[in-house]
Amino acid sequence: MTKEQLTGAELVIRGLEYLNVSTVFGVPGGAILPAYDPLYDSPIRHILARHEQGAGHMAEGYAQATGELGVVIATSGPGATNLITPLANALMDSTPLLAITGQVASTAIGNDAFQEAYTVGLSMAATKHNYLITDASEIPQVLKEAKFIATTGRPGPVLVDIPKDILNQVAAWVEPGDLDLPGYKPTTEPNPKMVHQASSLIKKSKKPILYVGGGIIHSKANNELFELATKFNIPVVTTLMGRGAFPDGHELCLEMPGMHGNYTATTSIQNADLLIAIGVRFDDRVTANPSFFAQNAKVIHADIDPAEIGKVRDAQVPIVGDAKSVIKGLIEALGDEKLDTKNWVSELKEMKTEFPLSYKQEDKGPLKVPYVLEELQKLTKEEAIVVAGVGQHQMWVSQHWNFTEPNTWLNSGGLGTMGYALPAAIGAKTAYPDKLVLALDGDGCFQMTCQELITASTENIPIKIVVFNNGNHGMVRQWQKIFYNSKFSASELTHDTPDYLKLAESMGAVGLRMMEKSDIEKVFNKMLEINDRPVLVDCVVDPDDMVFPMVPAGGSNDQIIMNEEDLKNL
Amino acid sequence: MSERILSVLVEDKPGVLARVSSTISRRGFNINSLSVGPTNIEGRSKMTIVTELDAVEQVKKQLNKLVNVIKIVELDPNMTIETEVLLLKVSINKDSQTSVIEKASLSNATSVDVGQDFAIFELTGSSKELDKFEALMKPFGIIEMVRGGRIALQSNL
Repeated sequence: MTKEQLTGAELVIRGLEYLNVSTVFGVPGGAILPAYDPLYDSPIRHILARHEQGAGHMAEGYAQATGELGVVIATSGPGATNLITPLANALMDSTPLLAITGQVASTAIGNDAFQEAYTVGLSMAATKHNYLITDASEIPQVLKEAKFIATTGRPGPVLVDIPKDILNQVAAWVEPGDLDLPGYKPTTEPNPKMVHQASSLIKKSKKPILYVGGGIIHSKANNELFELATKFNIPVVTTLMGRGAFPDGHELCLEMPGMHGNYTATTSIQNADLLIAIGVRFDDRVTANPSFFAQNAKVIHADIDPAEIGKVRDAQVPIVGDAKSVIKGLIEALGDEKLDTKNWVSELKEMKTEFPLSYKQEDKGPLKVPYVLEELQKLTKEEAIVVAGVGQHQMWVSQHWNFTEPNTWLNSGGLGTMGYALPAAIGAKTAYPDKLVLALDGDGCFQMTCQELITASTENIPIKIVVFNNGNHGMVRQWQKIFYNSKFSASELTHDTPDYLKLAESMGAVGLRMMEKSDIEKVFNKMLEINDRPVLVDCVVDPDDMVFPMVPAGGSNDQIIMNEEDLKNL
Repeated sequence: MSERILSVLVEDKPGVLARVSSTISRRGFNINSLSVGPTNIEGRSKMTIVTELDAVEQVKKQLNKLVNVIKIVELDPNMTIETEVLLLKVSINKDSQTSVIEKASLSNATSVDVGQDFAIFELTGSSKELDKFEALMKPFGIIEMVRGGRIALQSNL
């Protein structure tokens, strides 16, 4: 029997269907046009973004919410260069992403053809791996490889660049075979000897801390983590990327440590005698100056990426493996051991009461973001997927929102990409049309990708956006106030331009505004009622509010600035 | 600073050298030498990378993350045969000719081309021997010089 002959473009779409891809995000253009022809007839849903960066973040939001592969399609040249930010973002936050880009014809490559860019070279440092297809027959196998690399080991973005003539070339559809990747064999099962050594350290510890992050969520290890923490009575700090990996509100949950972490989480690490670090990378936003970080603690560091172990902090017990397997191993090795952590847990409990997160909302005064967030969560009956941008609002959401489930908190942690929230929320809502998806954004962030509101309206993706409008790049302003003598250079945006209500309406969404405390309930209830269109709430907030606690970059986590008063002693 | 030699087996795929060198430069590692060439196994190339001791662990780990990197072996300096090749073009005249040729011959360099007013020598040896030869030739006027990068093999199984 002769094999079915398809064009390269048809092989791409057939290949994506074969890999069970149901949704792709993208923007068409010259070089990728052949692929959009068979896509039209495919059951795969295509979401037409207004900018390739938006399409990339949508795919990331989809992937972060589901834990599955997100797929984005763009054309050559500017289409591909616009994807660099989402790719770099996905690499930093270990998000499984597949990017397919069109390229100029293989015969034109290197000639500075129209819309030519060296996509493989440009994306090399922003991807886990990338490919340039040189023959259409490679496509099914490369797509399978790409998905495998993106979703296994430490997840990350993979790009496949396909020249236009290859998309038009005819080749047989051959079902992809076994993968031949001699240089890619991630270690998932930990070495039992290391697990045993780790358990011996844990048994001896009086002040252990489980320091956990995004790795728990990627590995879907939250139930195992819960068992480890509660069975052996070990307090847990969840990093920015790990929020929701262990439920807020549980007595062992200390929530977020670091630069804007709460006092107890940050201090618990400083006072610990043992850090059980799982799926974390000792990021500078957690450690501040590493020489002052957890000076009294021994370190067990488990990660699926061996390069993370010892990169910032030496580990007494390094464990390479998948978080779930590592935690299961630890639970087994600890057996029926009773840890002597009662005093430690109650010490931290008292600390929490003594040093709570604080803010002051006056009845007639300007709105404060933490207050608005807490009120919003009270009004939100169901578990929402919460998406943030980058800056003050992001820190306040991480501090004040109660996260109890993994994959319900999406944000740009590592790269700190402003403009992430709106498109990522669209991606999440596409994956879960029946879930409440809230983009809690800053005005500076929102303005970076706000054109995607049109995507949400036209593709019927009714997300809810709250723009915390302080008329400023708030975190920039905060730093200028503290470190640059209140010289507010280029940080002001204005409260009233754009008019967010008109902007929302013109883009097919409903616009609402809240200015004071008495507006909150009414406006949010209305926002929550509307489900046939996107809703944007212009929430006008205090531009002078600052995020505390704070440890200045490069400082010591022993010196936490708790409030504005403390700044005077700097 | 003491040096470490890494022998890196890679898939012979387009862009693999760019991936390796991009990883090295973006992580800020110092590399003293890098050479690449085919091996006896089809589809496999070998890179020899000489780096500083303080960077070696991270260099190994970061390179290992590359999908096309198959295996990295750190060679034991005490059991390693290491060599490098040099081509050096030096100017000669009637007065210096004899002296240049004598010094080159004492250094075990081979003359590969001689013209009216220049000579080209080839020398294979350790980096130190090559450095020494370069210093010897310097007073006569080195016109051009190229070194091939260091390659190495472990001398046991």
